[in-house]
Amino acid sequence: MPRNLIDIVDLSVEEINELIATAEDIIANPAKYQDACAHKQLATLFFEPSTRTRLSFESAMLGLGGSVLGFSSASSSSTAKGETVGDTIHTVSCYADIIAMRHPKEGAPLAAAQVADVPIINAGDGGHNHPTQTLTDLLTIHREKGRLDNFTIGFCGDLKFGRTVHSLVNALSRYSNINFVLISPLELKLPRYVKEEALKKKGIPYTQTTDLESVIPQLDILYMTRVQKERFFNEEDYLRLKDSYVLTPEKLVNAKSDLSILHPLPRVNEISVAVDKDPRAAYWRQVKNGKFIRMALIMKLLGIEV
Amino acid sequence: MNIDSIQNGVVLDHIQAGKSMDIYKYLHLDELDCQVAIIKNARSEHMGRKDIIKIDYPLDLDLDVLGYIDSNITVNIIRDGKRVEKKHLELPHKLVNVIHCKNPRCITVSESQLDAIFLLSDPAKHTYRCAYCETAIDKKF
Ligand SMILES: [Zn+2]
Repeated sequence: MPRNLIDIVDLSVEEINELIATAEDIIANPAKYQDACAHKQLATLFFEPSTRTRLSFESAMLGLGGSVLGFSSASSSSTAKGETVGDTIHTVSCYADIIAMRHPKEGAPLAAAQVADVPIINAGDGGHNHPTQTLTDLLTIHREKGRLDNFTIGFCGDLKFGRTVHSLVNALSRYSNINFVLISPLELKLPRYVKEEALKKKGIPYTQTTDLESVIPQLDILYMTRVQKERFFNEEDYLRLKDSYVLTPEKLVNAKSDLSILHPLPRVNEISVAVDKDPRAAYWRQVKNGKFIRMALIMKLLGIEV
Repeated sequence: MNIDSIQNGVVLDHIQAGKSMDIYKYLHLDELDCQVAIIKNARSEHMGRKDIIKIDYPLDLDLDVLGYIDSNITVNIIRDGKRVEKKHLELPHKLVNVIHCKNPRCITVSESQLDAIFLLSDPAKHTYRCAYCETAIDKKF
């Protein structure tokens, strides 16, 4: 196991499977883990606010019997006074046993790892990496399907700028017999380098389409993302396209009965609220899974076994 | 200085014609007190024309930097007027503080005291990627 988690590729498939197994055991036997991190402290250093991710980390540590400290925005940290990431991390590693950090600058967690003498978890660095989201997605697929291979997964929405998509495509490309269906407007297709590195080089099959409804019957998993207005050059294109990527009960009529719908959240309007009641909607379960996989990760990086 | 016979020093040979001044700058040869000769457009059997740099001082060159600039350069180490070693260069796997990231969202741009680290990602295309943000830089030379 590496000391830090900066990028999902820092973890081998075996290490990911191990984390998933631990998370599954935590879900099955939470009491067994409730004091696993007693007297340990997690620092959540959010140089950029993200309440959702921060609460998930803090809830994870509290669930392990540990405690938490930290800050939730740069304005409440000494960064506002011009301190470097390195100096902040140096200071905090004098108190905390492990650090989860989010930072607007790409690569900031690597800079932190160079000076920290405690493990660093990247909780998001700008538009670059967000490995615990990918672990959350993998655990969710595993819980929904009972496996991480042999299925067809559709990615829908903004595949160009969506880092969670790039990272999950990369992670899944290491498992066998997965069929990728890429559903997006032409303007927001998966970047060529991601297709090249993750799929083409490994000979993994994929199809690209602009039409969600035509492919929805073949999907086992549908990973929805937001189509953001600011990604479009003109209003007209946006208005023309936005509704075709909004998931509604009508569009699900021809979907498989055991489809799992995932979304990294927060959503704006790309999944209609009416879908929430559908048992195939897995995105709220996905939020819970985020806590459990973070519990498993914190334990592993601290070298704690139960 | 007799440019044909250096006693103790370094001769950089097979430099692509016209590139010697870039190397002069990159290796900070302007900071040296010793004699440095730049020979431009020398005749070469293999290259047609080439540049040569002769440094009359047993300088400890950063071969990674030189390999990055042009891995076809040969480095001859001269001692007592004789060539004692001939080094061939290769593309280095890691560059520290040689090139700098241009991505405005990269932490190394806002915190310039950090080491600028680049890793070779595609040897065929000479592409290096920033270790922090993974932005690719194609070789400048
Ligand atoms: Zn960079």
